[in-house]
Amino acid sequence: MGNYIEYDTTGKPHPFYLTRPSIKPLLGAIAGGVLATGAIMYMHDVHLGADPENGVEGFAIGLKGVYLGLIAVMAVMFLWWKDCIHEAVVEKAHSGIAKISFRYGMALFISSEVMFFVAFFWAFFDASLYADQAEMFARVEHTGGHWPPVGTQVISAFDLPFLMTMILLLSGCTVTWAHHAIMHGDHKNFTRALGLTVFLGVGFLGFQVYEYAHAHFGFTEGIYPSTFFMATGFHGFHVFVGTIFLFVCYLRSKKDGHYTKDSHFSFEAAAWYWHFVDVVWLFLFVSIYWWGSLGATAH
Amino acid sequence: MNAAHATTADHHDHDHKPGFFVRWFCSTNHKDIGTLYIIFSILAGIIGGWFSMMMRHELGDPGIQLAADGQQWNVWITAHGLIMVFFVVMPGLIGGFGNWFLPLMIGAPDMAFPRLNNISFWLLVPAFLLLLASYFMPGAPGSTGAGTSWVIYPPLSSDKGHPGMAVDMAIFSLHLAGASSILGSANFITTIFNMRAPGMTLHKMPLFVWSMLVTSFLLVLAVPVLGGAITMLLTDRNFGTAFFDPAKGGDPILFQHLFWFFGHPEVYIMILPAFGIVSHIVSTFSKKPVFGYLGMAYAMVAIGFVGFIVWAHHMYTTGIDVDTQAYFTAATLIIAVPTGVKIFSWIATMWGGSIEFKTPMLWAIGFIFLFTVGGVTGVVLANAGMDTSLHDTYYVVAHFHYVLSLGAVFALFAGFYYWIGKMSGRMYPEWAGCLHFWVTFIGVNLVFFPQHFLGLQGMPRRYVDYPAPIPPEHLQGPLVNPVEKIQWIMSQDYGMHLWNYVSTMGAYLSGFSVIIFICIVFYTLFFGRRAEANYWNAQPQTMTLEWTLSSPPPFHQFDIQPKVK
Repeated sequence: MGNYIEYDTTGKPHPFYLTRPSIKPLLGAIAGGVLATGAIMYMHDVHLGADPENGVEGFAIGLKGVYLGLIAVMAVMFLWWKDCIHEAVVEKAHSGIAKISFRYGMALFISSEVMFFVAFFWAFFDASLYADQAEMFARVEHTGGHWPPVGTQVISAFDLPFLMTMILLLSGCTVTWAHHAIMHGDHKNFTRALGLTVFLGVGFLGFQVYEYAHAHFGFTEGIYPSTFFMATGFHGFHVFVGTIFLFVCYLRSKKDGHYTKDSHFSFEAAAWYWHFVDVVWLFLFVSIYWWGSLGATAH
Repeated sequence: MNAAHATTADHHDHDHKPGFFVRWFCSTNHKDIGTLYIIFSILAGIIGGWFSMMMRHELGDPGIQLAADGQQWNVWITAHGLIMVFFVVMPGLIGGFGNWFLPLMIGAPDMAFPRLNNISFWLLVPAFLLLLASYFMPGAPGSTGAGTSWVIYPPLSSDKGHPGMAVDMAIFSLHLAGASSILGSANFITTIFNMRAPGMTLHKMPLFVWSMLVTSFLLVLAVPVLGGAITMLLTDRNFGTAFFDPAKGGDPILFQHLFWFFGHPEVYIMILPAFGIVSHIVSTFSKKPVFGYLGMAYAMVAIGFVGFIVWAHHMYTTGIDVDTQAYFTAATLIIAVPTGVKIFSWIATMWGGSIEFKTPMLWAIGFIFLFTVGGVTGVVLANAGMDTSLHDTYYVVAHFHYVLSLGAVFALFAGFYYWIGKMSGRMYPEWAGCLHFWVTFIGVNLVFFPQHFLGLQGMPRRYVDYPAPIPPEHLQGPLVNPVEKIQWIMSQDYGMHLWNYVSTMGAYLSGFSVIIFICIVFYTLFFGRRAEANYWNAQPQTMTLEWTLSSPPPFHQFDIQPKVK
């Protein structure tokens, strides 16, 4: 290439871990296909063997395909990660350099998740900053040229949402406590702090369910609830996933040999993910709950 | 280099491959997965190409030939676009050649996450099946299939335009293909950053690896935005949200912003690996190192970066304000600078070289020439003022087919001929490769060069027909004397018929070239002569690590790690 590059050999075996062949990727792809197909059949209310002319209703698929797909996806995830844990704990297969790969992989996954949320924030700012664009007359008619749209009964930012912010920030502290504990080989406090983090995550989700149930606007009532529920809903889903991730770490922390002072990357990945979820919430809190409700007309 | 070669020879004897099912369905081997990607890409290419043949046949004469109606035409162009982008070019260049040669070039034994690599491939299969099946399912009222074009803009793609399930199937197809791309690119980046041979600093990394690095970053950062956009489209269609519905305060232009924030990086995702492949081929067959190696690498980084801040040049006619148009025009024109660096550096690489015009080199030079043509029409279209009159005409179709069909696809073929000996262990017949190149070169230029003229005549994209006198019965269809037919057309007030007819004749020739290619593939795989390790006689100054391995390489290469001196 550019310069005269000469290749040679180190004379030593490479330090990488090569994975054995596995059926799980194929099964995972099939499961993904089943989930997608099930969702489509649910959304279009497919009846198998229906014959409307002869009054035969056929077999209503309903949510059955979705459940089947979800079970399949989760089963593959469970089995796949079981393999990973086996390789890490029993085979001790992950060399130092493999662990660096995991760090890159997790960081890149989180980066892609950040960009996923960009799409929903973009939708929110498109609607809130441009609520009064004269050429978008249909929108102005809907919003009254105002954000939040005239008549929207918003959720007060410094009511429950502020408490939820505090809960997530506190959970960021407890997960850091867990990290310091494991780095000092303090397994007791590691488990304790992890358990507390999971508890706070569940608490956050509980408050979110309460908030959704008591919201004064419905999911389908226009652009305000669309942006609100989509952004906070996907965030809530990520909290859910992060809580499960941390809960698995909690269960593993009680087992011998899963986490040591020097080797506990899956916990660190969960912590990174948790911080990411935390930061997304801060942006949601500041922009959607607080700034987005500043112009609210009535409570 | 010799030492590295020697290390591969001694483990042929324990080069155990798993049985058929485990090897191909449970693979964790980057070369086998790369092979699967390439086979998938070729199959999808034949299907996507079939749609283009139907489209050109339809437009060969005025009037309706094949399509049931205009909506079916829309379904064809949608299928053609989605298949070519997501299931041909990306799997071929990134999944295929990326998987095969990225680890080889950096001296790695495999990818960083081999199982993830495998699911990246297999996710494409349900994705592709969903897209194909959508062709037969209800779409717009009274018709089947998604006729939304690959950009799936609402309200055409919303529940009003396409109430049937076809669009939902296309959306989930993109979800699955997107997951595949994100996982695959995270894998590539990790492999590049963590598994290079000792001594191979980033500034000594082969340019194809650089191109894959930039492409992968674009994928990780761009595809999730498409994911978000189509998720909102899905909930708008099925669950009553209002993101793109103005009556409930939404904004259809929002979708265009989100789509093109993904879509513009996406076109660079398709072309950057092509840049990488062409750099190696030009260098190898000129027997000179690439001119301005660092400039070439950072030109790709610059293209990747600027690619994120030019998206609204696809939206000049949506009513965005004049200052915004001015910004996007200026930003878009800047891309011509790093692109120019690349074009001129390839020419400078050839300058004074001892050039061999082997088939891969023909494709690479064809790429440079035709990509430049597409590039300069891109400079024309970058200007909001010009684009206002050329938007959604065949001029745009000509432009992006010059950079993609005649750019990215030429690089696919260039890479195929360059590396098929390495991948299969057998060589293609040189004369047949040259024949394939020349037939394709003439064919595709006949297809797309006249489309510039059609665009300037004002022929709109995405339309099934055009105004022109209907030819007499004995001159209808393709199986007539072309000279007589052109004479008849020119004796009329022919409108858009002439160049459409020429374009269609070019398409038949291009279709014939695909048959040549398929014959070459089968001949090579079964009867090609055996390839040596360094069958292009790559010189030390152009050497990359794949030429130090046998052809095909052992099942697991680099058991003993190579290094850069």
